[in-house]
Amino acid sequence: MVAVKETIADVKRLESDKYKYGFTTEVEQERAPKGLSEETVRYISAKKDEPRWMLDWRLEAYKRWLEMREPDWAKVNYPKIDYQDIYYYAEPSSGAKYESIDDVPPEILADFERLGIPLREQEVLLGVAGAAETAAEAREKPRVAVDAVFDSVSVATTFKAELAKAGVIFMSISEAIREHPELVKKYLASVVPTSDNYFATLNCAVFSDGTFVYVPKGVRCPMELSTYFRMNAEGTGQFERTLIIAEEGSYVSYLEGCTAPMRDENQLHAAVVELVAMDDAEIKYSTVQNWWPGDENGKGGVYNFVTKRADCRGKNSKVSWTQVETGSAITWKYPSCILRGDNSVGEFYSVAVTNGAQQADTGTKMIHLGKNTRSRIISKGISAGRSDNTYRGLVSIHAKAEGARNFTQCDSLLIGDQCGAHTVPYIECKTPKAQLEHEATTTKLAEDQLFYARQRGLDEETATALLVNGFVREVLQELPMEFAVEAQQLLKVSLEGSVG
Amino acid sequence: MLEIKNLHASVGGDKPILKGLDLSVPKGEVHAIMGPNGSGKSTLSYVLTGRDGYEATDGTILYDGEDVAGMAPEERAAKGLFLSFQYPVEIPGVPTLTFMKEALNAQRRARGEDEMSAPDFMKTVREKAKLLNISGDMLKRPLNVGFSGGEKKRLEILQAAVLEPRFLILDETDSGLDIDALKVVSDGVNALRSPERGMLVITHYQRLLDHISPDVVHVMSDGKIVASGGPELAKELEAEGYDKYVRAA
Repeated sequence: MVAVKETIADVKRLESDKYKYGFTTEVEQERAPKGLSEETVRYISAKKDEPRWMLDWRLEAYKRWLEMREPDWAKVNYPKIDYQDIYYYAEPSSGAKYESIDDVPPEILADFERLGIPLREQEVLLGVAGAAETAAEAREKPRVAVDAVFDSVSVATTFKAELAKAGVIFMSISEAIREHPELVKKYLASVVPTSDNYFATLNCAVFSDGTFVYVPKGVRCPMELSTYFRMNAEGTGQFERTLIIAEEGSYVSYLEGCTAPMRDENQLHAAVVELVAMDDAEIKYSTVQNWWPGDENGKGGVYNFVTKRADCRGKNSKVSWTQVETGSAITWKYPSCILRGDNSVGEFYSVAVTNGAQQADTGTKMIHLGKNTRSRIISKGISAGRSDNTYRGLVSIHAKAEGARNFTQCDSLLIGDQCGAHTVPYIECKTPKAQLEHEATTTKLAEDQLFYARQRGLDEETATALLVNGFVREVLQELPMEFAVEAQQLLKVSLEGSVG
Repeated sequence: MLEIKNLHASVGGDKPILKGLDLSVPKGEVHAIMGPNGSGKSTLSYVLTGRDGYEATDGTILYDGEDVAGMAPEERAAKGLFLSFQYPVEIPGVPTLTFMKEALNAQRRARGEDEMSAPDFMKTVREKAKLLNISGDMLKRPLNVGFSGGEKKRLEILQAAVLEPRFLILDETDSGLDIDALKVVSDGVNALRSPERGMLVITHYQRLLDHISPDVVHVMSDGKIVASGGPELAKELEAEGYDKYVRAA
């Protein structure tokens, strides 16, 4: 019996060690009064020093939201959310945005450092973290500009000056509302209307921070842009708002990463992301989502209810969504493309991993409006433990979308015998002049593959990771190099203890 | 080197397949096991390498004087036991080179050795692939996916050549091979013969033994070794069939 107890203790340790981002940062914070009311909305707007039009816009959204009902069509189960039991705004109390990196509280800098996100530009440039690196290697190292969002505020944005030289605007959305109101007014909610859905409308009322990117005509953004979202404060929701505009002939690649501390309660993350691509523009948007998934029994974890949509407004425009979803107790998101411009292209590459008691209902919508529009969907779902993983997707070809083409491939991998994989593809086609292909497979991580790999010397965990990486390879190839390596590690950690 | 005594094993927990098997293969020798279908040849290969569901219920498997019966497959692999599969398994999305490098370095780590550097690994693989007529293009493709039977068997032998096991079990390596492929694979196996290495060649037919000549031939029937002899025993079986031994068992 002693041995059994020790084993149980070992396993427990393993479980809590698995999520290495589960720490909390001790920093003084200021929060909005608990609950949602007109007062809360006014509080947030005042905190952000917003112009009147923005406050009015929020209030209108709040009124609409009161009339709406929470949707229940997704294949996920959770107790009813008490919207009055959430804090809608939390900021480190030393002030919202810091003028210089030196003003950022050291606890927060240390927090981001611990997460592997360096916020000092010279460190990013020289790669001081790895002392062995030579100057030549550092030069070759791709640089990434970071907007770091801590709870409800953006605490630092790196490389802003250098990007401004190229004409690229990269700042938090709160700053953009103040500094570039004309651009924000023109594009905000132009892709996801205020009344789009329950969670998007809620976001309009209480959104806190996120990133604003504007790439002018003909500019190829000189570096990767990224936002790192960190939820720290207890009992607080995060309402991210991101807006990316790529003008004619421009190109930008953007990455987002997300983590949160381990908490027993469920935290709500309701984000809205809008992308606009004009003629011949291209936006590549990658996500590595690793919110705290809750414990083995489904206690705690983030509810990730997100609306992401791209408008391929111009002809020959292109948007690629690539996502690796390993975290969150519940993921509910469908990064979509409206293919409005003729010859525009939408792509969706997804890996969704669920383990323990996690639930994911994710996929994409490809709305073909323009002629000769093309879309490609590659979805890889991996279910382990007692989790449920659903791919839900819509391919809609409108009457004028002659010559439209779609290719969809949905593969599901099951590990163990208590998890579920579901595929729900919706297809609508209103023109005879379109071509659609759909392929779907469901496989079990095969005993013969595992044995084969182990006979060659790989232990069970490594063998599983190798097989899973093989399964998702097509998607990981779409990620920028540094992220692909991180994603591989993440998959391995997420699936630890799921076999045998 | 390999000492099997009174080995009993069942599949899936209840069905006895091996019923008191004795076998001894000294270092540097090649032994062949021949037997009709259903005599337990493949089961033996899985019991020796530790596949789940193939448990030894009695007896011992001594490898270099150590009982390996309770060890995990990867532990046995690191100790140098290698099985060339009758039906090599497809591993989608994992390039052959990546797979072999991961396997080699996992074994090295388990033995407390340094990992092999990428350039050294590439050099080793290229040299050995050449002997087996395996192209660079094949090595980049996912392991065994869409490969012909002959290609798969050649890749099994390449893996053995790269991993340098101390004991090889070849399970029906000749199945699915045409004459030319049989020649290439046999040459690959013969190149691995060494005074330091033992081999167990499991086969249904004599034809593989024309290329890989064994030191000792055993006949297996109903989960036991029922006869042993020199290479001439294989010829006799080819001419007269297994009837005599099946009846004897």
